[in-house]
This record gives sequence, C-alpha cells and structure tokens, in this order.
Amino acid sequence: MAEQRPSVQEMIANAGAKRNRKTLEKAIPVVLFIIAAISVLTTLGIVFTLIVETFIFFTEVPFFSFLFGTEWLPFSNTEARFGILPLIVGTLKVTFIAVIVAVPLGLSAAIYLSEYASDTARRIIKPILEVLAGVPTIVYGYFALTFVTPVLQQFIPELKIFNAISPGIVVGIMIIPMIASLSEDAMSAVPNSIREGALGMGSTRLEVALKIVLPAALSGILASIVLAMSRAIGETMIVSLAAGSTPRFDGQFTDSIQTMTAYIVQVATGDAGYGTTIYYSIYAVGFTLFLFTLVMNLLAQRISKRFREEY
Amino acid sequence: MVQQIDKKPETTQIVYDTKGLNLWYGTNHALKNIDLPIYENEVTAIIGPSGCGKSTYIKTLNRMVELTQGVKTSGEIHYRGRNIFDKDYTVEELRTKVGMVFQKPNPFPKSIYDNIAYGPRIHGIKNKKILDEIVEKSLRGAAIWDEVKDRLSTNAYSLSGGQQQRICIARALAIEPDVILMDEPTSALDPISTLKVEELVQELKKDYSIIIVTHNMQQAGRISDKTAFFLNGEVVEYDETNVIFSNPSDQRTEDYISGRFG
Amino acid sequence: MRYMNNEAVMKKMNSRKIVNLIFKGIFLFATILALMTLAVLFYRILSQGIGYLSWDFFNNFASRFPEKAGIKAALIGSIWLMAVVAPVSMFLGIGSAIYLEEYAKKNKINDFIRVNISNLAGVPSVVFGLLGLTIFVRALALGNSVLAAGFTMSLLILPVIIVASQEAIRAVPSEVRAASYGMGATKWQTITRVVLPSAIPGILTGSILALSRAIGETAPLVVIGVPVIIQFLPSGVFDTFTALPMQIYDWAKRPQADFQNVASAGIIVLMSVLLLMNSVAILIRNKFQKRY
Repeated sequence: MAEQRPSVQEMIANAGAKRNRKTLEKAIPVVLFIIAAISVLTTLGIVFTLIVETFIFFTEVPFFSFLFGTEWLPFSNTEARFGILPLIVGTLKVTFIAVIVAVPLGLSAAIYLSEYASDTARRIIKPILEVLAGVPTIVYGYFALTFVTPVLQQFIPELKIFNAISPGIVVGIMIIPMIASLSEDAMSAVPNSIREGALGMGSTRLEVALKIVLPAALSGILASIVLAMSRAIGETMIVSLAAGSTPRFDGQFTDSIQTMTAYIVQVATGDAGYGTTIYYSIYAVGFTLFLFTLVMNLLAQRISKRFREEY
Repeated sequence: MVQQIDKKPETTQIVYDTKGLNLWYGTNHALKNIDLPIYENEVTAIIGPSGCGKSTYIKTLNRMVELTQGVKTSGEIHYRGRNIFDKDYTVEELRTKVGMVFQKPNPFPKSIYDNIAYGPRIHGIKNKKILDEIVEKSLRGAAIWDEVKDRLSTNAYSLSGGQQQRICIARALAIEPDVILMDEPTSALDPISTLKVEELVQELKKDYSIIIVTHNMQQAGRISDKTAFFLNGEVVEYDETNVIFSNPSDQRTEDYISGRFG
Repeated sequence: MRYMNNEAVMKKMNSRKIVNLIFKGIFLFATILALMTLAVLFYRILSQGIGYLSWDFFNNFASRFPEKAGIKAALIGSIWLMAVVAPVSMFLGIGSAIYLEEYAKKNKINDFIRVNISNLAGVPSVVFGLLGLTIFVRALALGNSVLAAGFTMSLLILPVIIVASQEAIRAVPSEVRAASYGMGATKWQTITRVVLPSAIPGILTGSILALSRAIGETAPLVVIGVPVIIQFLPSGVFDTFTALPMQIYDWAKRPQADFQNVASAGIIVLMSVLLLMNSVAILIRNKFQKRY
C-alpha cells in the first residue's frame, strides 16, 4: 500500500458532501410532516364534507323528521319522506345475522388455533383465513345473490330473492377472519405460564380455554367483535347486490330491505341530479353511517386498551 | 507487577479533554463532574460495575448519547482543543473524526464490501478504485482480510459473531478516524474471538487513539495504557493501568479490582 | 381427613376428557366450516365462469349480449387505476411512516396523527367514496376520471400502508442505526441508506397487500360515478374509465342468468390478479424474512 493518495479524511474534506446537507436535513422532516398530515387532512375532509352537505340537506328536510321518521321514501314524486330509521333497521338486521354467524365460528376458530392446533395445522389454517379476508366484497355479494339465496330458498320457501338473511350470513363469513385473528392474538397474549399452571393441576385443554384463557382475553375478544360489527355496518357491496332496495321499518328478514350503505349506492348509480334533496340525502345517510362506525371503533379501542394493561 | 519504564513522555498530546461534565437522563444524574484527559496513541480503558456511567461516558464523546430522549449535559469536552458541545460543531463532523465500535456486532444487512465502503461513500467518496483500496486496507487493518477477501459480496450477516465485530472495526477504520471508541466490543464474543480483537487493539494503537469500555478487568489490564475507574457516575481513580491494578490509591478501586463487588 | 376423594376425581376425569375431546371436535369443525365456504365459493365461481373465459372475453368491450361481453376496458382500467394508486399511496404512506417512526417526537400533534390513522382505517369505504365525490370529482373538477378514483383509493388504503411500513421500519434494529450515526452519517443518510433498504421488503409486502385491496374495492368507485358501459380505453389519467369490480357489479346485477356467468368469468380474472399480487407479496416476505 505504497500508493500516493491523500488520506481518507482529506478526501472527505475535499468532497465537501456536507455543504448542502444542512438545509436538506432541516427540510426533510418538514416535508415528511406535511405528508403525514395528509392522513389528518383526509379525516378532516371526510368530516367537513359530510357536515357541509348534510347541513344543506337539513335546510330542506327537518332534522327531527330525519332522525325519528319511520318512512324513507326519497323517490316519491308527491310526498318524499326522509326518515332514516328504516335504513338503520335494515343495517342492524344484516349486522345482527352477521354477528350470529361470525361470533361462534370466529371464536371457535380462534380457540382452536390458540389452544388446540398443532404448528402444522396453524400454518395451513391461518393463510386460508387470510385469503378469506382478502376476497373482495363484490365477490361475496355475487356469492350471496347467486348461491346462498337460492340454497336458503330450499329451506325457507318464503325467502325472496332480495332479503336480509343471505347477505347477513355472507357478511358474517366476511368478518370471521377478523374476529378469528384478532381474538387469537388476544388469546395468544395470555402468558403460557398461566396455561401451564392450570394444565399442571390436571385441567383439560377445554377447561383452560374456557376458564382461564377466555376470561383473561375477554376484552381483546370483545374489541374484535365490536370492530367486526363496525365493518359489517359499513359493508356496502354485499348488501347492494343481495339485500334489495326496500327500506322498511319492521322485523321482516325474508323480504327485500335496504341498508344505509345500499341506499348511497342506489342513489349513486341512479340518475338523481346534483343539488337535489336526494343528492344531499346520501351525505346525511353517510354521516349517520360514519358516526355509527366511529363510535364502534372508539369503543373497540377503549375496550382493548384495558386489555393491554392486564399483564 | 513491575513498573514499566516505557512511560509516555509528558509532551504527549491530549486528544480528549473532559472538564466538569455532568449528564442527566431526565432526572437521573448519570455522570457527575467528570474530569478526564485522554492521550494520543494510547489505549484508555474505562472500567466499573454495570450502571456506573462508563457506557454513557463513551457515548458522550461522540455525542451518540443524544439519540436517547431527555438527555441533558453541562460542562465541556474538548476534542483536539474544540468543545464538542459548541453550537457550530456538528455531530456528523465529530463522528467523522471519531469512529465507534459497539457492544453487539452491528454490521449493516449489506455485503461485506458495502459495509466497509459505507463511511467513505456517505462522505462523498465515489471513485470505485479508491473505494476498493480503502476496503482492502481497512479489512487488512482489522486483520480479517484473509478470511473474507474471496467473498466481499456476501452479506455480512453470514459471518460469525467474532468476524462480524472485526468487520465493524474495519468499517470504523475505513474513514481513517483519529480516535476509535469501543463500547465493550468483546462482551458478545467467545474467548478466541475476544483474543483476536484484543490483539487487534494492540496493533491499532500505533495509528489511533483508542478508548475502550470494558466490564472485564483482566482485559483492561492486558490491553490498556491508562485506566479510569467509574463508580456511580463519578471517576474514582484515573492513572496508568499498572498503577490502578497494582497500587490503587482509593479503597473503592481496590475493592472493585479485587472482586469484592461489581 | 383428605378433602380430595381420588376415586370421585378419577371418575369425573373421564367425562371431563370426553367433553374436552367433543369440544375440540366442535372447534375444529367450526374452523373447517369457515374454510369450506371459501372452497364452495371458489368452486361455484370456477364452474360457472370458466366456460366464458376466452381470448374474446379479454379482447371485447362491454356488450348488451352476454356472449359478446368482454372485460378489456375493465382490465385495462384497473391497471390505469393502479398506475395512480400505487405511486401516490406508497409515496404518502412510506413518507408518513418515516415521519412517525424516525422524526416524530412524543407530543400532542403526533399522538393525534397516530390515533387518527387507526380511526381512518375504520371508516367504511363507501364514505371515502363520498369524500372523493365532493373533493376530487366536484371541487377539483376531475370528474369520474382515473385520477379522481386513484386519489380516492389512495386515501382509502393509506392507513394500511402507513401501518405496514411503520412495522417494517420499527423492525430495523436500533444498533444498525447507531452504527450509521457513529460513522458520521446524517439522519436522512441513515434513513435512505440503512433503514429503508432493510425495511423495503416489509414495506413492499404490506403495500402490495393494500393495493390488492384497492383493486377489488367497489363501493368508492360506485359513489364517484365510475361508469360501466365503456367502449374505449383511457388514454390518460384525466380520462374516464371503468374497473374490474365495477364491471363485475354491473354484470352480477343483471337478471339474465347468462350475465351472471359472465360475472363469474370476471371474478376469475379479478381473483387471478389478486392471487398473483398476493403470491408476489408472500414471495418477497419469505425471501427476506429473518435477516437479523
């Protein structure tokens, strides 16, 4: 190494790489902050949009008749009615059925994965659940309309083509992976030492699962169910394809209904002109939907925060 | 131990001069009134029990300690006559002059070559021929050239822990620093790798000033010229290594050296 | 005196064991039932749609006649849509993640950004459609163009990309960062030369999964007013277009059984695209796993 070259330190000094660095280093965090702020702007944009357009809607439709009205007849030429309750009832019907389907299946899968399954079984089942979670909702909607409804009609003859049961079941299938994986996370977070303690006293796996793990993971499980319900409430394409477009304020499950999301889609694909009451009504419905899901998401966060403090 | 005669002449340059250094992590007073001159081309060992502030101190020398949130300092550290806490002294400039080797080997998840060339590259050296030269020289300097010369393009993580640590030393050498800070560089290594690194340190002190934090007193005794004993954030004693180990003036130093605590 | 009666315990033990086994069976059955629906769904769609897959199907535009209906406009439209969504959402998502992980100090503003991201992820996609309709379609007068839909979809998947990128960046050990700083590297040099190269496989995996969600998402497109019967291909981002899920939605809605089969064929195409994207994501994940 007898070559004649300046020392590395000299070369560094000559390269002068630092000259523009200082301004760059100062500018970068500012630029990145602006980028990160876009997610906040998005939320503000959503809230602002919904509030402004909903406000215009309420200049045309009284607030109380919207909130407490039991008739939703926006397309009536003579007497348009905008009472949101039928749409809320429709949404809740679908969500109710989805929960009935998804909670037992999702929790069973979570218990099986966390307490019984071998590593191999887990390696097979979890990716399939991921695929189930990745199926686009339009595909589920198609499945509900063209397969689940005809099959159900074999058992329930009075079931109409559009109804609450079939999309409810399929929305339930859609949210199973969410409940299963989030609940399994909560159960896996229960320390193994606690499990071993109970097993060491002669408990069966079932007793450990039901008496030790489930209670300890309860808040995490509840949070997963609330989150999944919020997802079910906001689900759009399955209900648009399979639930129908008949807002109704009753306990009917076998006939065509309409959810909040399906109404928004109905108007968007229809030919209601910009600036009409119907146009603004989708924002009022969207705002109601947004509040529903926001409250449930905040609730889920509140519940799971408690769970995190436990160990 | 016999007093050695080849004591450095008094004219030896001071590289680092710490004056009245205090450091707080939040409310925890981690370093208290440290005064410590460190000399050129010597190995200075810093010993003491866990939590005595020795790691904090060495990380203060290149201001790495500031990566921890809530750190406050007072006092001065002069590096080559300039206070490193001066407003216009950038940490990057300081760290270009002062290399560091860490407790756990921490190569980048890149090829061996890219690991070594990292420093020169970020400082603007792009010429491939010069980089090749620097890489070879640094790897030779860290006594690992023969082991890796045929696989410079493999990922550094494919090497053993001891080899990884020497890669990290080579990486530090690549920008030809003035001082090398070593923060317990052998604590994660097996005895044979440890020995190799210790031999390397002896070799390196010809060209570099080395400050090494170690938990291992025998190691300090084997490789260092001067030793500082830290306890509870204070320097209890600082002297020639053989004085510290054979004839310490403070009772606490003697207790620690003889293994009564720590 | 002994409180435990061994005989009684043993007697009960057998029934407890049996109950355990029965429930294990129930749990396994429930799990398999959930997975079976996926098999039924796939079988259904394949058996109905495979007959309609042909070169013409890929090369034809939409039509009133099921046998002439094709997916060309939708397939190309979805590719156009991705051409906007991928760069926009990844630029915003990775940028936000870098800010939150590397720069953001613990203060109220940054806490708010974090909380906001997790809440944004829970907003129904149809509401994003309303945002897109108001801001991009009307206020910015982009109409129902590729750009308007692309921006809307980008915001929709933004939280997913941010969270995935944050996790990938967090997984880079702090020791490696320290090594870079120790060489005198600046923060941005450390991020671009050490942190991002290590985090990029995780970021890519998460981003591809998010993009595959965007490609299958229908509701925002419906709300924005993306049309279905389109006889031309977009020639730029300001052109109107249609996309795979929109086309499938239109076919599935029609009462004729033939069109439902066409919808199945469309779903096969959509699911194949998704499968391809997911395979790439899994490939990347496996190739770069466990490097430290």
